[in-house]
Amino acid sequence: MKQITFGIDFLTYALKGGSKLYAWLLFLGFFIMLWAYGNFTQITEGMIVTNLNDQVSWGLYMSNFVFLVGVAAAAVTIIFPAYVYDYKPLKDVVIIGEMLAISAVVMCILFVLSHMGRPDRLWHIIPGIGILNWPNSMLTWDVAVLNGYLALNLICGFYYMYKKYTGEPMNKKFYMTFVYISIVWAFSIHTVTGFLLNTMPTRPMWFHAVVPIKFIVTAFSAGPAFIILAFFIIRKNTALEIKDEAINMLSTIVTFCLSISLFLTLCEVVTELYPSTEHSFSLKYLIYGKHGLSGLVAWFWAALIMNIVAFALLINPKTRKNHSILPFTCVILFVGIWIEKGMAFVLPGMIPSPIGEFVEYTPSWIEIGNSLGAWAIGLTVFTILARGAIGVQLGDVKHSDAN
Amino acid sequence: MSTKDRNKSDKKTRREFLKDSGVTGAAAFAGAAALLTGSDDAEASATWAEHFQKNYRLMSDEEKKEAVARLETRYSEEYGKKVTVGIEPAIPGVLFGYALNIQKCIGCRRCVHACVKENNQSRHDENGKATEIQWIRVIRMEKGNFGFDKANMDKGYPGAKGEEYGIQVGGNAYSPVGTVLEGQHYYQPKKVPEKDAFYFPIQCHQCEKPPCVKVCPVRTTYRDPDGVVVIDYNWCIGCRMCMGACPYWARRFNWGKPNLPKADMNPDTHYMGNRPRMKGVVEKCHFCLQRSRKGRYTSCVEVCPVGARKFGNLLDPNSEVRKILDRKRVFRLKAELNTYPKFFYFVD
Repeated sequence: MKQITFGIDFLTYALKGGSKLYAWLLFLGFFIMLWAYGNFTQITEGMIVTNLNDQVSWGLYMSNFVFLVGVAAAAVTIIFPAYVYDYKPLKDVVIIGEMLAISAVVMCILFVLSHMGRPDRLWHIIPGIGILNWPNSMLTWDVAVLNGYLALNLICGFYYMYKKYTGEPMNKKFYMTFVYISIVWAFSIHTVTGFLLNTMPTRPMWFHAVVPIKFIVTAFSAGPAFIILAFFIIRKNTALEIKDEAINMLSTIVTFCLSISLFLTLCEVVTELYPSTEHSFSLKYLIYGKHGLSGLVAWFWAALIMNIVAFALLINPKTRKNHSILPFTCVILFVGIWIEKGMAFVLPGMIPSPIGEFVEYTPSWIEIGNSLGAWAIGLTVFTILARGAIGVQLGDVKHSDAN
Repeated sequence: MSTKDRNKSDKKTRREFLKDSGVTGAAAFAGAAALLTGSDDAEASATWAEHFQKNYRLMSDEEKKEAVARLETRYSEEYGKKVTVGIEPAIPGVLFGYALNIQKCIGCRRCVHACVKENNQSRHDENGKATEIQWIRVIRMEKGNFGFDKANMDKGYPGAKGEEYGIQVGGNAYSPVGTVLEGQHYYQPKKVPEKDAFYFPIQCHQCEKPPCVKVCPVRTTYRDPDGVVVIDYNWCIGCRMCMGACPYWARRFNWGKPNLPKADMNPDTHYMGNRPRMKGVVEKCHFCLQRSRKGRYTSCVEVCPVGARKFGNLLDPNSEVRKILDRKRVFRLKAELNTYPKFFYFVD
């Protein structure tokens, strides 16, 4: 019954902490209550409590979903150098990346559930009892790759931790097979999410071949930025040693990916705005506003400035390797990419509507509450998983039989 | 104020209902179902069975009969009249098509309102709890379709210095002097037709290669053999992928519980057509299946005072629609998207 004792030991270690931990969990708990209230209201009253409408039918939920798929995929920025290049400093913390991937996919699922008009009919998509319109519907590909990715990370992460817990030797072949599959799979989840949006010629702003690659490079900037922040917090509060090299490796990856992302933004703007056809109305509305409507203009420029400032701080080795500046860089980068994927990509894709109508959208309080709550649940899951994983990694969570 | 009070008492009864029935597991589930659908007890038992119903196309004839009987009982009770739910299948040898004469349309929007009445759409609610859902929207286009700024005609970009090379853009790149005007569908004239406008109605184009069908993750929306794109409202999960993919902005979502007053309910319904919908599902024009599959015209065709709307069987060379396609100047909207609509526009 080692599995059961592992579960108990893991959770006990994760939930035993100082007042700082409980204050953090209580803080998240407040937003989780908002989430519960918001979703209850939305289920009983209908989606009418959101500010979505027939013109802008995808909003804050879908924006967060797209962003978080990227964060989930970004775990590969640790796993790839650790195993493919056998990069030691990252190998010790791979487990944190896997736990982040699990938490991010959990958030994705929560956002999809809030987005759905009939979450009670979710079973309709399960093959066997329902119908999965595969391979036609891009959404079914997304469901398949996301669930597969969740499974892969659960297998890799918990197999590794369980073996470490019991002190048994790992089956390297078994473990490495799944690790390599998960590396390739990570790219697939964000590519498919890109295809989900960019296969709709009805929405010219999304109908672009750069979308999947831009999704991947923005994800590989925002995701590692989050991981770096988590590393700083872990280093300060726990005994787990995270080497400077590990952080510097990640910040280098961020720098490369962010530079490609900025280049792709330039490509998109020039391609659209030089000929400036009706198909570039969404981008024009986003950048300059149109017909006096300018709800997204400030968001676009804020995101662009944040990304450029972050890039300037990253490209310079002095500021990149300065670990008192790096957290600040990571925060503005993370927020900048979040805005860029939501307010500056998902929303303007819906504006104007297919018949050319400009309708502005601001989320309702219920939508904001539900979104904050979903983030809070994800962060709670991450806190617990990461703390438990650190315990296992440090050898504090160990079976009595283990040497 | 009154709405708020009503909500409060509503919630209380629901909670009590949940408590009372919470003894056995099954009953507790029924309570959860009532909670989810936001309805009262009597309706809950009917909707409860609907929760486990299969996708319409996978049902056996027996199951279809059961589903229809269930719906007829529920609707009849809810709307206080005998409601029938038809399941007439597509007629072999029929492919429905539609042609609209934009030269004749006067923008009166009688079609819009006839459609709402016929197809049991949600009506406007004074408390703001529900809005009217319209499947047809009429776009008012400015006649002349061209606006220009006389004072700035000889000015533009690159400007005075570049004049000897000719102006490349009239006005400037951001506020051009000559632009095509855009239409809008919120016009409220005293009288139609207006002198300076023509009208361009849009609705579901019943594409032969429908992008909405392709993106649906659960195949709740599909093309029936007579070419009509239909929706099984009981199978829709409300993900709104189809609304994202539709190039004609034809699909509507039930954001709240549809508001359909008893008196306004049309009891002659079809399973894939105009039966009352629930909240959280998508709906759209279906060429009035409850009429067209019985050989009748759609309500919009019937009501049009100028005969701008024509409907019929595209496979019948003698049908009105076919004759129009053969002889008139016909075009499809957004033909470049290759969705092959069976909704055509024409001029005499």
